[in-house]
Amino acid sequence: MDSVTAVALVSIVIAGIATGFGCLGPALAEGRAVATALTSLAQQPDASATITRTLFVGLAMIESTAIYCFVVSMILMFANPFWNYFIAHASGK
Amino acid sequence: MRLSPDETILWQHGFLKLNATIVFTWGLMLVLAVSSRLITRRLSTGLKRSRWQNLLEIVVTAIEKQIADVGLIHPKKYLGFLGTLFLFVATASLCTILPGYDPPTGSLSTTAALALCVLMAVPLFGIEERGLGGYLKSYVEPTVIMLPFNVISELSRTLALAVRLFGNMMSGAMIVGILLSITPFIFPIVMTALGLLTGMVQAYIFSILAAVYIAAATRVRRPEPAPGATQ
Repeated sequence: MDSVTAVALVSIVIAGIATGFGCLGPALAEGRAVATALTSLAQQPDASATITRTLFVGLAMIESTAIYCFVVSMILMFANPFWNYFIAHASGK
Repeated sequence: MRLSPDETILWQHGFLKLNATIVFTWGLMLVLAVSSRLITRRLSTGLKRSRWQNLLEIVVTAIEKQIADVGLIHPKKYLGFLGTLFLFVATASLCTILPGYDPPTGSLSTTAALALCVLMAVPLFGIEERGLGGYLKSYVEPTVIMLPFNVISELSRTLALAVRLFGNMMSGAMIVGILLSITPFIFPIVMTALGLLTGMVQAYIFSILAAVYIAAATRVRRPEPAPGATQ
């Protein structure tokens, strides 16, 4: 297995793992956040504006971790710097 | 596969490149500025108003109310900056229903520029409200040991702002592109509709987070833990 194949294999596998685990944690966290917010909304409907705004801001914070994983896996798949390096290296020889 | 509209080069002369991001940003600026100018040219204070004036009033008062809810005492002062951020990001994602359009917020350059604006605006508003000493003092609260962490949090939340908006916008376009190649035509349409919703939520979140950061920097009394102020 030459280095380009190795880089491609590792990139694809790691991209899948990164997206998978990167979605797992934020999904659990967002579920907890929304469930708690719904409980609070049921208890205090008057505070719905504050709860909703805080919920949105919090969800954005949680979701950004998933977005980081997604961006990293996209970079691994479509803009892999190591891949480009090895291809340039191989064609240069 | 294209990751961002940066890679679509429409015009090139020497080292000057005009890519799709810049062109769409200029287009959005033109649409927003010209339409606002046209609407506000003949404002009426009576009972009879044009429908466009009503629309603009709803938008402006809604943004102002949201800013006031975050805890900023004079929302009118921040309306220009935060409202512009919201309107730009919201229009950029709303226009995705037009064929041939790529949202300029799907490029990391645009979102980094917007986040840098927030990074610059937060100290400016803070110094204006609390004075230079008062603002700098907020970095060494509660103790001096927290100084590097406060600086790091300032930088990391800027990075988070930029990457969050970029990731959301880019993923919307990318998922539609992938679905187009593997599923019947109805699913990309559904995902586009979902992308419109995500775009509005992201515009809301971007401006609300900027407002929260500004509120944390301009707060004169003892700071209370604001939502998301620590990241």
